[in-house]
Amino acid sequence: MLDTAKTSRVEFDYSGGERLMMNMGPQHPSAHGVFRAILTLEGETIVAVDAVIGYLHRCHEKLSETLTYAQYPSIASKTDYVAAMTSEFAYVMAAEQIGKIEVPKRAQYLRVIMAELQRVASHLLWLGTWCLDMGGALGGGATVFLYCIREREMILDLFEMLVGARLLYGFYQVGGTRYDIPDGWAAKCRETIDIIDQRIGEYESLLEDNPFFLARAQDVGVISRELAEDVGIAGPLLRGSGVNFDIRRSAPYSSYEDFSFAVPVETAGDCYSRYRIRMVEFRESIKIVRQALDTLPAGAISSRPGLKSVAQIRIPKGDAYARVEGPRGEVGCYLVADGSAKPYRMKWRGASYSNLSVLPHIIPGHKVADVVAIMGSVDPVFGEVDR
Amino acid sequence: MNPWLYSAISGFIVLNAVIGMVTYVTLLERKFAARMQSRIGPYRVGPHGLLQPIADALKLMMKEDIVPRLADRRVFNLAPIVFLVPCMLIFATIPFAPGLGVADLNIGLLFFLAVSSMEIVGLFMAGWGSNNKYALLSAMRAVNQIISYDLPFIFAALVPVLLAGSLKLSDIAAAQSGLWFVFYPVIGQLAFLAFVVSTLAAENRVPFDILEAESELVAGFRVEYSGMKFALIQLGEYAHVIGSSFLGAILFLGAWAGPGPEWLGPLWMLLKAMFLFLLITWVRWSFVRIRVDQILTLSWKVLMPATLLLLVSTAIVVVWRAGV
Repeated sequence: MLDTAKTSRVEFDYSGGERLMMNMGPQHPSAHGVFRAILTLEGETIVAVDAVIGYLHRCHEKLSETLTYAQYPSIASKTDYVAAMTSEFAYVMAAEQIGKIEVPKRAQYLRVIMAELQRVASHLLWLGTWCLDMGGALGGGATVFLYCIREREMILDLFEMLVGARLLYGFYQVGGTRYDIPDGWAAKCRETIDIIDQRIGEYESLLEDNPFFLARAQDVGVISRELAEDVGIAGPLLRGSGVNFDIRRSAPYSSYEDFSFAVPVETAGDCYSRYRIRMVEFRESIKIVRQALDTLPAGAISSRPGLKSVAQIRIPKGDAYARVEGPRGEVGCYLVADGSAKPYRMKWRGASYSNLSVLPHIIPGHKVADVVAIMGSVDPVFGEVDR
Repeated sequence: MNPWLYSAISGFIVLNAVIGMVTYVTLLERKFAARMQSRIGPYRVGPHGLLQPIADALKLMMKEDIVPRLADRRVFNLAPIVFLVPCMLIFATIPFAPGLGVADLNIGLLFFLAVSSMEIVGLFMAGWGSNNKYALLSAMRAVNQIISYDLPFIFAALVPVLLAGSLKLSDIAAAQSGLWFVFYPVIGQLAFLAFVVSTLAAENRVPFDILEAESELVAGFRVEYSGMKFALIQLGEYAHVIGSSFLGAILFLGAWAGPGPEWLGPLWMLLKAMFLFLLITWVRWSFVRIRVDQILTLSWKVLMPATLLLLVSTAIVVVWRAGV
């Protein structure tokens, strides 16, 4: 259980006085309009933080009730727009579970390839923006950011070759995938991941041999194992706090059991261990993509015939919860179907939303500068928090 | 010539040269940073973006000048000037070549150090007068940081003074005709390193740019400034960096010494100062920012004792060599 004495928060004091109340966001370069942290400061030290979310709420769950099973996957990408493939994946898996729809092996492998490429792209953006937060837009952070964006572009090029879109894909469909990979895609994909694999090493030497980076990341924002389990965080944060849990390993879906990959676990629970987890995940994802490309089976990409109308897919009555391991942790989709072409009710479990709830427990006691470092290491995407 | 007239004319020339240089040094930095980040940098305005600084200056002049309603008007308006004047004054004592400078004072280095610490007044006025919480926090950090780093900066700069036996900058330059102080065994390199680190901190450059810290404090003490007042602060900041680069070139890199005829001296001086400037820029664009408490720890627990020890050992070496 949580030690309430240790984590009890200071009373919020908006009346002025010795303590300074300072807004970080929504109009702030680190919160860019989507998040507001009300900090109570004593000098430079934070004594309390009040996190305000909801700036990006777009009624996603209600919207899903008005869209058919064929239409919604393209919209699902907009929840977590940095890892758009992930939410599509969870949605179609939930629908397939209710309808007991088989997915051909080739489609399963294609799904895995895209999900892992998306993980690499998402982690690249995370590394870039995190360093930007710590190093400044007019400093070393911007340098790392631009390097990371350069590599992320290459993955987006791959996605563009595949579906024609660079950010929101609609690649997953109930019963399989919408497209097969075009000619030459596999070779280009291998080339790209080889380059990225090599560049990851360059970032590591740029950052890990840098004492200033270590000073900013180590022993900052420590999440203890107990706190991690109580608050219900997921993904790299959870593994950074010593919990060996990865849905790809503990509840394999979409043929993940066919691939050999390591699940990194660190015990320190600070920003640096979260960074290490993600750096290892880069390489593991690349490993999975290589294996999947090597053993990609031939055959159909969907167990359903081509769609003649958007209302063609009907899911029988029932409900299901499907979960996938996204770049930020467990992304879950709870779907209630009533037999029509549209879901009756849908609920997202956003990884960022759960991860964000750890902030008020770990930020107090740190300096103002650590807020951005901690928030960056949590890697929230506010599209997924607010939905 | 009348000394008053001479000072006025040379001061006018140096002031304008510095302002012109600052505008073009921004282009140099942007191009350099762009290359580091595998970009091209400014390219559209004029050939290879050569007119970009002029376009920037014109843009800043035409921007609306905004004063927040609740700001302390007088302090707010005065701050950029109080900040800029010391940053410009530091050039008064720098000799750009033998006999080429505004005033080669016999306490030149002392004047430089004294004047360059005065910028803190302008900084604090800007932070306080803005009546903004980010600016206030930034001003608090500024006072902490600049006071902490002035001492190591002074100690590091005093090492060449001991070696040359004079506070006059032209004497220090002349003393390096045989051996540049940066090549002086052990002491020279350590002092140069300490000088560069404390210059970075005193100029608020990444990794020590916690005053600006745009990911935490938006833009720090200048968050409320716009238009020409913002430009003045920017000008002062760059002038200070260039001034320190020139000082570094004089103290450690042999000033105007270099191959070729004597009239190439100012060019060598400029090249060395630009080398130092690019060194600072290089560090700036490859490090992440450190935290305020870490900055203070680094200053008081590492740099201060180290530079003090260095100064004492330099004194011992100088006395010992004079005795022999």
